[in-house]
Amino acid sequence: MGKKLGPKIAVWKFASCDGCQLSLLDCEDELLSLAAVIRIAYFPEATSAELAPPYDISLVEGSITTAHDSARIQQVRESSQLLVAMGACATAGGIQALRNFSHVEEFAAKVYAHPEYLEHRSIDLAHSPPALRAAGDPLCGQDRLSGAPGILNRATAIAEHVPVDYELRGCPINKRQLLEVLNALLNGRRPEIPTHSLCLECKLQGVSCVMVSHGIPCLGPVTQAGCGALCPAYQRGCYGCFGPSESPNTAALSEALLQIGWQRADVMRAFRSFNAAAAAFRQAGEAYAR
Amino acid sequence: MVASICHAREVAKREPTILGREGLSALLDTLRANGYQLVGPVVRAGAIAYEAIAGLDDLPAGWSDSQEPGRYRLSRNDSPALFAYTVGPQSWKKFLPGAVTTLWQAKRQPDGGFVIAEPPTAAGNYAFIGVRPCELAAISIQDRVLQGGEYCSTAYLARRQKNFLLAVNCTRPGGTCFCHSWGTGPKASANFDLVLTELLSPPGQRFLLEIGSATGAEIAVQIPQQIASPHELAESAQLLERASHQMGRTLATAGVKELLARNIEHPHWESVAERCLGCANCTMVCPTCFCTTLSDTTNLTGDQAERVASWDSCFTLAYSYLHGGSVRSSRQARYRQWLTHKLSNWFAQFGEAGCVGCGRCITWCPVGIDLTAEVGAL
Repeated sequence: MGKKLGPKIAVWKFASCDGCQLSLLDCEDELLSLAAVIRIAYFPEATSAELAPPYDISLVEGSITTAHDSARIQQVRESSQLLVAMGACATAGGIQALRNFSHVEEFAAKVYAHPEYLEHRSIDLAHSPPALRAAGDPLCGQDRLSGAPGILNRATAIAEHVPVDYELRGCPINKRQLLEVLNALLNGRRPEIPTHSLCLECKLQGVSCVMVSHGIPCLGPVTQAGCGALCPAYQRGCYGCFGPSESPNTAALSEALLQIGWQRADVMRAFRSFNAAAAAFRQAGEAYAR
Repeated sequence: MVASICHAREVAKREPTILGREGLSALLDTLRANGYQLVGPVVRAGAIAYEAIAGLDDLPAGWSDSQEPGRYRLSRNDSPALFAYTVGPQSWKKFLPGAVTTLWQAKRQPDGGFVIAEPPTAAGNYAFIGVRPCELAAISIQDRVLQGGEYCSTAYLARRQKNFLLAVNCTRPGGTCFCHSWGTGPKASANFDLVLTELLSPPGQRFLLEIGSATGAEIAVQIPQQIASPHELAESAQLLERASHQMGRTLATAGVKELLARNIEHPHWESVAERCLGCANCTMVCPTCFCTTLSDTTNLTGDQAERVASWDSCFTLAYSYLHGGSVRSSRQARYRQWLTHKLSNWFAQFGEAGCVGCGRCITWCPVGIDLTAEVGAL
């Protein structure tokens, strides 16, 4: 039987912790069968071997936090047939989007002895991925980004910069959902990625509601399913890692959270985590920041 | 068309009897000896759950609960009572046929075609221990929906074919219960094999046993028991009479069908939508909600595919998604759909209400939306 060449897959990192792209390597049981049907074209976490662009599927992790990245994501988009944004950083800006509610200069001054270095770093051509080298990275070799500061004031989702074909939520993503998207794309069918609340996932697994039976504050009713109800299964409230569900009523949930003992600041902090900049959570956080 | 299983059997006429704790234990052993898998109430993570049990020792002795809108707390005292709890978040639909069911599988053949196989649902041969009267009514409703029409759920049929229902009358209703409003409790009247009423007065814990079906009678004759005394019969009747006055909620069921049909555009729906989380908890805990969604999956190479049915809810946007968007895009529309289906349109569809008064939707709503209060506001 002649071996069919599988689709070329590239894995890109922007501002992120690498946890989501490592989910691909976490697919231990399925990794060999996956490797048999796809070609890894660019995935520095897994292999130093590279295939030239274009790519059939690009998996993009991380948010856009620098001017360099905002240019680089354009190149990634141009070299990819399908672009899948994966994880809270790529779909909502991630934990680093907390900067959106504050001033980057203040953080930088506190953390770095010489914050001006952040503005004046050199970008080495060798560190640009092959797609960008081939396309001539507009930022490579520049000492200073003309006109724009190197660090952007806001950390933003990939979809704010380029059209995104699929989004996988989570901090980190669920490897089952990643496999489902790849599987669906390989087989020309629609991925089954529900957008409803986490509550359904708890109930399907027979996990009783931690909020109702223990008075534990939980973001599940406004959070998108997908994690497998990890925290409620261990009698912890949901932290909202998968971001807002399709139709979240954060105002009504916030009221209920106050009634079971939370203060306004607790509500604000709950919404200001991995998905702080996702629209519904951002609004809820803002409402309780006042 | 498949007839309801328990109704069709000739019901043996026998005097109510009395079992001790050992008698109940013998009853469970007898069920197992007759090929049944026992499923009953257990304490799990702070709530009553329905799971496989080995015997009497697994039952929640001394546990009872307090329930109000959006709040459930389990507590234990030194009472030997096995059935002092009210219904928890789970219902028997967990096993009938369950949250996720594979409907069919397809395999690609060497010639490029494919073969479809229907995986058999394990019959389970479940004996449900401690089914409450409202839950009997719910199973009866699901019988009508899932096996009473032209199209049956084969997985449901498989589970109901050999399914023993050991009911328990409710002597301690909860704060969100309203079965008396529908006449579905607190005393079981039909659709069970055997029913117990737990008595705790001196000389001590014992169970009044009544027979509801021929299958129940066949099991009952195999265990040691005594004829109930007039005093015990009177005590049981008194407990149940008292229970019917202890319901935490009441629903004006007379005319509710017409009331909802008349008030489709009532401004109150908007007020509910402001509070409703759209989280679907009410539908997941409801013992009559039967909706499922279908999803098709493949293996990586595309050589195998399967179609899976899993619990779905009219509170999700995907539920009413048609070409171009969701038909019920607002929470207001979704809550109205749910409530009018339960209390009004269910009559047109199945000839009865889709609510049995168990109160789960009230207790397990994280923000405590109370069906009886919402109807009252219309």
